[in-house]
Amino acid sequence: MAYLWRKLGFYAVALWAALTINFFIPRLIRGNPVDIILSRFQTRQPPPPEFRRTLEIMFGVSDDPLWIQYLAYLRHLATGDLGTSVLYYPAPVTTVIGQAMPWTLGLVSISLLITMGLGVGLGMVAGWRRGSWLDSLIPSTTFLAAIPYFWLALLLLFLLGGGLGWFPLNGAYDYAHVRMGFTGDFIGSVLYHGVLPALTLVISGVAGWLLGMRNMMVSTMAEDYVVMARAKGLRPRRVMIAYAARNAVLPSVTGFAITLGFFVGGQVATEVVFSYPGVGFALLQAVGSADYPLMQGLFLMISAAVLAANLLVDLLYGLIDPRVRKAG
Amino acid sequence: MNDTVLSVRNLSVAYGQTRAVRDISFELGRGQVLGIAGESGCGKSTLAYAINRLLQPPGRTTSGEVVFHPQDGDPIDVLALDGEALRRFRWRRVAMVFQSAMNALNPVLSVRRQLHDVFTTHEPSMSKREREERSRELLNLVGIDPGRIGSYPHELSGGMRQRVLIAMAMALNPDVVVLDEPTTALDVVVQRDILEEIDRLREMFGFAVVFITHDLSLLLEISDQLAIMYGGRIVEYGTSKDTLLQPRHPYTVGLLNSFPSLRGERQALHGIPGSPPDLSKEVTGCSFAPRCPYAFEGCHKYEPELDSIQDSFVACLQYDRRLHPARPDRRLLERRFEYAEHEVTS
Repeated sequence: MAYLWRKLGFYAVALWAALTINFFIPRLIRGNPVDIILSRFQTRQPPPPEFRRTLEIMFGVSDDPLWIQYLAYLRHLATGDLGTSVLYYPAPVTTVIGQAMPWTLGLVSISLLITMGLGVGLGMVAGWRRGSWLDSLIPSTTFLAAIPYFWLALLLLFLLGGGLGWFPLNGAYDYAHVRMGFTGDFIGSVLYHGVLPALTLVISGVAGWLLGMRNMMVSTMAEDYVVMARAKGLRPRRVMIAYAARNAVLPSVTGFAITLGFFVGGQVATEVVFSYPGVGFALLQAVGSADYPLMQGLFLMISAAVLAANLLVDLLYGLIDPRVRKAG
Repeated sequence: MNDTVLSVRNLSVAYGQTRAVRDISFELGRGQVLGIAGESGCGKSTLAYAINRLLQPPGRTTSGEVVFHPQDGDPIDVLALDGEALRRFRWRRVAMVFQSAMNALNPVLSVRRQLHDVFTTHEPSMSKREREERSRELLNLVGIDPGRIGSYPHELSGGMRQRVLIAMAMALNPDVVVLDEPTTALDVVVQRDILEEIDRLREMFGFAVVFITHDLSLLLEISDQLAIMYGGRIVEYGTSKDTLLQPRHPYTVGLLNSFPSLRGERQALHGIPGSPPDLSKEVTGCSFAPRCPYAFEGCHKYEPELDSIQDSFVACLQYDRRLHPARPDRRLLERRFEYAEHEVTS
C-alpha cells in the first residue's frame, strides 16, 4: 500500500535527522565527560595520563575528524551501544534507560488512554446533549486544567497519600517487601503505587480533551450530513457515534499524537513529585550531574518514541479518515 | 386522483424572536409536485425542515399542524410524533434531498455504509446480502455504476453525490420527497440531468415532491402547484400554469421579469431593487411594501391575507376592494415591474 510506504519513508528520514542532531549537539557543548568524571574523584594530584586515556576511550572522546566520529556513532547505534553512564558508572546507558523506560511507558500510556477516553467520551455526550447538566459541568473542569500541575500533584499527594494514607507516598512498587517478577503481589503493588500519579495526570489533562471534543461535536452536529442522518430516521446512538463523533474526533486524534510526544519525554514533574523511577526522573538526574552520555541516550529514545507515536497516529488517521489516504 | 398526501395548515416557525415562517398552509396531492420559490432567507428551507421535524433549538414550530395521510390507515399528526414513532416516520414517509451535495454525505463513511444504514434501521429483517443488492440496485437506478458503491464521498463528483443522495431518498419508497435546492451547487448541464432523473423516478414510483428553490424558471417547468414565498409567508399560490400566464402578486411579477424567456421576444431584464425584510423585526403592513412599485398607503398599515382570485391565491392589497376600491394598477396587470418615474432613485 503506497500510503504506508510513503509514510515509512518519511519517518526514516525524520529519524535519521534526529540521530544526526543528537550527535552534533553534545559536541557543541564545552567540556567533555572525562573532565567531569575525573573531577568526581576529587584527587589533589592530576590523574595519571594512562587513566585519562582509558576513560577517553571508554566515553568515546577522541580527536578524530567529525565525520569519522559520526560514522563510529552510527556504528555504535546500530549495535545498540549508547555509551556508559557517568552517574551510574560503570552501567551502560542502555541499561539505565532500559530500567526507566517501562515505568514511564506504563504510567504514561495508561493514564493518557484513560484521559483521552474519558475526555472524548464525555465531550461527545456533552456536545450531543448540549445544555444538559453534563454540558454545564464543563466550565468547572477547565478550572482543574488551570491549576499548575506540580501543585495539584503535591496537593493530592499530601491529602490522599499523607493525610488519608490511602496511597503510598513514593516509588513504583513496595521496594522493601515485594520482589520484581510476574507475581500477583508485584503487579498489585505496581498498580497500587501507580494510581495516584495516574490520577493527577488524568485530572489535569482531561479538561482539554473534554472541551475540545465537546466544541467539535457541537459544530459537527450542525453539518448537513448529521441533519441528513437524523432525517434518515437512524437511531440517535448511531447518528451520534458514526456521523457526529466519528468526524468530531479527528482533531483529537491529532492532539493525541502531539501529547504522546510530550508524554514519552517523561512527565518530569510527575516522576519527581512521586519519586517514580521513569525516564523523566532519570533525565533530571542526568542533567543534575552533567551525565552527557545518559542525556544523549535519553534524547535519542525520546525522539524515537515521538516519531513512533506519530507514525502510529498517522496510520490510525488514515484508517479513520479516508480523505487522508489519498492526499497524504 | 385528487387525494392529499400531506397537508400543512397555518404553520409558523420561529428562531427565538425571529419569525422565519408565518402562517403557511398548503395541500400536497399524491404524486404531485409542489414548487416553493423565493429568495434566500425567505424561510423556504426552514419550512422543509419543519415538515420533517428537523428543526434544532432555538428553532421551533410555534403553531399550526402538519398532517400526513398514508394510503392505508389513519392520518398522522407529524408535529405530535416523538421518539421511536418519529424515527420510523422519517425517510419511510418523507425523505429529503439536501441542499449541498458536498456536505450531506458523511465524509468518513463509504457510500455503501451510508446506504446500508437506511436498511439496517428501517428493515432490520434484511440480510446483509439483500441490503447490498438493494443498495446496488438504487445506484443503478440513478445512473451510477454500482461498482462505485465502495467509494467515499470525496471520490465522487458533485453531480454523482447528488445522485447518491437521490438514490438514498428512494431507498424506502417514500410517499413524499422534499428536495431542498437539489441543483443549486451544480452547473446547468448537470442540473438538467438531475431534474430529468427526478422526473423519471417520480413517474416510476409515484411519490409526491416538494421542490424548494430560488430558481423560479425551473419550477415553472416541473411543478403542478407553485407557492411563492416572501418574508416567511406565501404571497401567491396556484397552479404553475396560472402563475405563469397570470401572475398576480407584484413580487411574482418581479421574479418572472428577472429571467429571460426562451421563446418570448427580447426584452430588458429587471431585478427587484432592495433586500428581503429582516424577519427578526416586527413589521406592520405588507413586508414587500418597501420594495413594491405598486404599494399605496394601506400597504404600510395592513398585512394582506392570502385571498382567492379565481383559482389562485394572492396576498396583495391591490386586489382588496375595500382598501383599494379601484382596479389593480394597470402596469401590474400588464405584468410589468416598473417604478413610477418620480420614484426611481438609483
